[in-house]
Amino acid sequence: MSIFGEVPQAAPVAVFKLTADFREDQNPSKVNLGVGAYRTDEGQPWVLPVVRKVEKMIADDHSLNHEYLPILGLPEFRSSSSKIALGEDSPAIKDTRVGAVQCLGGTGALKIGAEFLRRWYNGTDNTKTPVYVSAPTWENHNAVFSNAGFEDIRPYKYWDAGKRGLDLEGFLGDLESAPDHSIFVLHACAHNPTGTDPTQDQWKQIADVMKQKSLFAFFDSAYQGFASGNLDKDAWAVRYFVSQGFELFCAQSFSKNFGLYNERVGNLTVVAKDQDNLNRVLSQMEKIVRITWSNPPSQGARLVAITLNTPELFAEWKDNVKTMADRVLLMRAQLKEKLKALGTPGTWEHITEQIGMFSFTGLNPKQVEYLVKEKHIYLMASGRINMCGLTTKNIDYVAESINEAVTTVQ
Amino acid sequence: CYLYDEVSSLAPVNDLMHGHCCSLYNNILQQKNEYVGEHGHTTWLPPVRKIKQQISTDPTLTPKYPHILGIPEFTRRATQLALGKDSPAIVESRVFGIQTVGCTGAVRLGAELLRSFVAHVFISLSFLEDSLAGTFKAAGIEDVQYYRYWDAESNGVCVENMVLDLENAPEQCVVVLFAPGHRPTGAELSQEDWKRVAEVMKRQLFAFFLMSAQGLCSGSLEQDAWPVRHCVSLGLELLCAQSFSHNFGLYGERVGHLLCVLKQNLLAVQSQAEKLVQTLWSCPPMEGARVVATVLSNPAHLADCVKAIAERCMLIRERLRERLRLLGGPWQWDHIIKPGGLYCCFGLNTQQVDYLVQKKHIYLLPNGCLNVSAINSRNLDYVAESIHQALSSKL
Repeated sequence: MSIFGEVPQAAPVAVFKLTADFREDQNPSKVNLGVGAYRTDEGQPWVLPVVRKVEKMIADDHSLNHEYLPILGLPEFRSSSSKIALGEDSPAIKDTRVGAVQCLGGTGALKIGAEFLRRWYNGTDNTKTPVYVSAPTWENHNAVFSNAGFEDIRPYKYWDAGKRGLDLEGFLGDLESAPDHSIFVLHACAHNPTGTDPTQDQWKQIADVMKQKSLFAFFDSAYQGFASGNLDKDAWAVRYFVSQGFELFCAQSFSKNFGLYNERVGNLTVVAKDQDNLNRVLSQMEKIVRITWSNPPSQGARLVAITLNTPELFAEWKDNVKTMADRVLLMRAQLKEKLKALGTPGTWEHITEQIGMFSFTGLNPKQVEYLVKEKHIYLMASGRINMCGLTTKNIDYVAESINEAVTTVQ
Repeated sequence: CYLYDEVSSLAPVNDLMHGHCCSLYNNILQQKNEYVGEHGHTTWLPPVRKIKQQISTDPTLTPKYPHILGIPEFTRRATQLALGKDSPAIVESRVFGIQTVGCTGAVRLGAELLRSFVAHVFISLSFLEDSLAGTFKAAGIEDVQYYRYWDAESNGVCVENMVLDLENAPEQCVVVLFAPGHRPTGAELSQEDWKRVAEVMKRQLFAFFLMSAQGLCSGSLEQDAWPVRHCVSLGLELLCAQSFSHNFGLYGERVGHLLCVLKQNLLAVQSQAEKLVQTLWSCPPMEGARVVATVLSNPAHLADCVKAIAERCMLIRERLRERLRLLGGPWQWDHIIKPGGLYCCFGLNTQQVDYLVQKKHIYLLPNGCLNVSAINSRNLDYVAESIHQALSSKL
């Protein structure tokens, strides 16, 4: 008799199932607008030219040692990554109250942050501290925090389906009514899945309430540079909070902006009141890392560190990032134009108002089903599409199909 | 002469985690957990650099999220390496593997997978480092107990004590077993001992093997995996955490594998494992696993390399034993050469360990254990003399 005899089959992860279905589809016009990874206009993954260059440098470098990295990760990676998030001239960095932990992608950074907060925030081992995630949010947020031990994970109002934009009133209302010291997971830019970010003014209002109620800001930053094409612009919200004196965490991912999806390159930036507090926090995080993965993988972190710390490579990287961001902006503009030209009912301004990889189209589940089943266009049931899945070759087909879906399916 | 890669320049050692640290030079012996070559540094297996260069210039390798459970080539070959290609479990499709972030990642994931079924975990008593216990606790298996393993009297494993403790283990208990290469003692069980242990395990105890240095202990990949394969042949369900740090020198790349051998319900358990991986690291890093998968496509390569490492370790052990014997005294040294692999236990007491650290600048692993690979022709005499002094001085 197996001890695993009663284990139930877990439901497949929706976004990966979508890609699996897409792969099996034999239809020649099929389009994958599902999983969040960048694709070129030829529909191919893209190794950033600067990444290729640095990879070769690393492989040919005979002076690199092959030892375990320190538990907290490669030092030059951690410091340069935090600089990217907070700015070269960040006063917090100058005050030596910023530290970081190299983690396994953005997920790993969220994990370590969550495990730390559960153990040491708002008391000791307080699993009842409410954790708020946006409605909707990246589907894994919930699981990461719940697996870290938090018992009370709640949604905060975010997306207004009616007006296809941010429900600021609802958001602020949930902030006001949250118990003091609750944890809020905030998307630094290019909100996943809605693509809708607060304006600078709206961020200020959000920060005000959070300060009054001592709410904890845990930023998830997976798209810095990728959203607007400008690193500083995409980091505005995080930097504003820091300037307002918040102690906060920022989980950074270099999967998208470096195209290093499979090397798992992430960084948990920690901003504390002073160096003494910072050091104690990092010492506890070290213990948590030790029993999770011991120490992080070197390849991706080396690559990012070399790039960020070498001026010509840094410039080349920013250029590569802009290339990706520009292509996305172009696809947004073209999709909107084509939908309008077709006379597709409804408004489509949100396609260009939204930012980053994703667009919340506003299509309802029936319309989505139509697109998947009848037109072999794969998108999430929520109506989320990955703009990177669009190319100059398939955009007409997609626009026409959306038009069909909206006009024939209610 | 050895088969190893060119010497890398002295890297600053700054990691307190793996034992103690100081700069590595004459008359100072720094003890870490990694295998170091004659030149005193960790190295890659010879094929590794070439493969890494190939990977860096391969236009067909594209960036995208890998499968949650890792590269299929890698998990398939890692599974075959552990169980043997013709393992009945593989033939009967009762096995699946998960690429993990090092051995620690494999242990963490395995513990998370088990937490709904087991309430206690049994670890060998000599494993003083508390991170193994900490990993299980973090995964939700709170009750950590210890079984006796290292026996100071016999300078080896006392299997009678171990079997007795296992027989008295509570139900719903996972037992962490060390396939050859126990850290830090290096102490091993014979095949006969393993047969006894396996009989006890059949009694509703769940086996979780740690196989961190397959091939490095006996010099044979198959022989080192024998305990795992024996349990599988008895029809036991088990987990096995494999590390490719030591036998490939890929410490920094975090290449690990969690092997799951079940009786039934494979797909359901696999799906639950996927969910757990997503809350830990989403999907594993590629670079190291790609290298390992490539090398394992021709396992003879690996077999030669680990044999060379094992032989070097055995040679060092023999020379150390010889030196100590020649220095005289009533002590027995046969236990140094009995086990193979990286680690060796002298059973020194706290004062003797302190003496070695403070007075002789020889930093040992916990329990007065030694990583023999750190001994080389330059420091062998000094180490032997120092140990002799530690034992003969009135401390």
